[in-house]
Amino acid sequence: MYLKKILLPLFILAVLFTSCGGNNSQTAANGKTAGTDKEGIMGAGATFPYPFYSKVFDVYFKEKGIKVNYQSIGSGGGIKQLQNKTVDFGASDAPMSDDELSKSPAPIVHIPTCLGAVIVSYNLPGNPVLKFTPDVLADIFLGKITKWNDQRITSVNPGVQLPDLPVSVVHRSDGSGTTYIFSDYLSKISAAWKAKPGTGKSLDWPVGLGAKGNEGVSGMVKQTPGSIGYVELVYALQNKMPAAQLQNKAGNFVSASLQSTSAAANTGLPADMRVSLTNTDAPDGYPISSFTYLLIYKNQQYDDRTETKAKGTVDLINFVLHDGQQYAKALGYAPLPAEAVNKAEEILKSVTYADKPLE
Amino acid sequence: MPDVNREERGLQLKEKAFKNTLVIFALLSVVVLLAIFITLLFSSMPSLKALGISFFYNKDWDPVADNFGALPFLLGTLITSFLALIISTPFSIAIALFLGEYYKKGIMAEIFKNMIDLLAGIPSVIYGFWGLFVLVPLVRSLEMKLGVAPYGVGIFTASLVLSIMILPYSVSLSRQVISMMPGHLKEAAYSLGATRLEVITKITIPYTRSGLFAGLLLALGRALGETMAVTMLIGNSHILPTGIFSAGNTMASVIANEFSEATGTVYTSALIEMGLFLFVVVTVINIIGKQVIKRFTA
Repeated sequence: MYLKKILLPLFILAVLFTSCGGNNSQTAANGKTAGTDKEGIMGAGATFPYPFYSKVFDVYFKEKGIKVNYQSIGSGGGIKQLQNKTVDFGASDAPMSDDELSKSPAPIVHIPTCLGAVIVSYNLPGNPVLKFTPDVLADIFLGKITKWNDQRITSVNPGVQLPDLPVSVVHRSDGSGTTYIFSDYLSKISAAWKAKPGTGKSLDWPVGLGAKGNEGVSGMVKQTPGSIGYVELVYALQNKMPAAQLQNKAGNFVSASLQSTSAAANTGLPADMRVSLTNTDAPDGYPISSFTYLLIYKNQQYDDRTETKAKGTVDLINFVLHDGQQYAKALGYAPLPAEAVNKAEEILKSVTYADKPLE
Repeated sequence: MPDVNREERGLQLKEKAFKNTLVIFALLSVVVLLAIFITLLFSSMPSLKALGISFFYNKDWDPVADNFGALPFLLGTLITSFLALIISTPFSIAIALFLGEYYKKGIMAEIFKNMIDLLAGIPSVIYGFWGLFVLVPLVRSLEMKLGVAPYGVGIFTASLVLSIMILPYSVSLSRQVISMMPGHLKEAAYSLGATRLEVITKITIPYTRSGLFAGLLLALGRALGETMAVTMLIGNSHILPTGIFSAGNTMASVIANEFSEATGTVYTSALIEMGLFLFVVVTVINIIGKQVIKRFTA
């Protein structure tokens, strides 16, 4: 009796608690969109370009006096927040999938802002500069090549003394755009990889240990003799990690650098810029490169959004595309090549408010 | 006379208000617990529908193919937690006896007690770092001697760090139970000619075993839910653990690793379902533990 008397109201209260939570977050979300221009421009998304964006947005604030509030919560979160219209722009490392676009309330455009790359690093005695052909790289990460002195590795690295060490693969344990780009590359060059594990931010890895973040992977690689892992170019440059030269589609062995990363975009780019830059046919391009994007709605007139706010958002992105590019290199990001800037500008011109272009 | 009555009624009101406040606060904690459970349940509905019962015995975790099974992580969680408990139990009982029997008072005893309590206050990320820089190389050299793959990270390393992290929880409860034991029992044993060792093994431990067990249970609960330090040391491999030196993963660390970038309804929901599963596992272990304590004391 007593139990029933207490448990029932408790249960009802608990249900109330959970449902209240949902309602509250929705009203908070609506409140943000309705915000005035005083609170500046809100954005959220990818963590990878955060240092670049925060520098450019800071310069923008000093020049134009408009504050940009960017939260680096991850690409997935950025897309979700844009879909919920709680931010003015989203940011993502990978272009949105057709499925994600169809789930969005209105058409969204992709504007690339800079390029990043993923390098393959390793821990071997003396850390020689190694060369990998696509099939060797794929088979190492598939667990088919298990020794460093395997004939397939030594044959592409003549003159390099490779030890009789087991290969320990290190991968990211957290869901990450870096893993997405890396697995996108491996899926393109290896049919076996494409079948399983495939392309994604988290994978069912056939072999290896997981470590959290770029720092986790690089720490594990530095500690474990005979290990191999992948990290972002920015992180590898800052920490002076050994990086392999990879054979690109044209057959050239290319080392990862800002120049070779930018060069990867010298290829036929589609009008909507939703393109994977891994394994492009650019002759001097590094094969594991990628754009990072800002995302906005094509029609900027939604909810009770003012024209000033819409104009401000487009103006900001225009600033990143032009004046902002000069800050990329110093921070370890590859700037957009001229053709990509032109195409991005075309996209920005297609953004409208009340059926009129904003640019 | 009416004045006295009014005063009395005022007092009664105060009493009532005080009691009700206490009830509200007590109920609030239960409500929060239920609310968490209901939220987890509702949010894991899509995955419950899509994956059904296979979630609990499937050994694949493939976010690309939307194929999710929690078995490797359930095993990882249980193995690391129980291994940690096995490693830490001799230490925790020894420390509790030492502080509860031999070294009850004095500055040294106070210092010891505070130091051990302080272990509970160290953030888990620091345990993780310490494990990574100190334990991992040690375990690696051990693994080289044993001839297993010398990763250094894995279930064994994670359990070692966990055993240190859970130590203060079992020690503080066991120590209190031992020091609160009525003196006349021990005095009677001594007067019959028992040695100190005999008193401890024949009187103290049997008398306090339910308390000691409760302390271990508290420690186990802590080990099951630990996330950060384990993630840094377990190797994060989505495989069924093959031994104590194998890499693995736990439910809590998979959620922490993958939740922020999880896209897709089933993926997100599968991670929440894992949270629900962890919640249920911890509850079940607690209930079993309580039953065992009851049987011991009866």
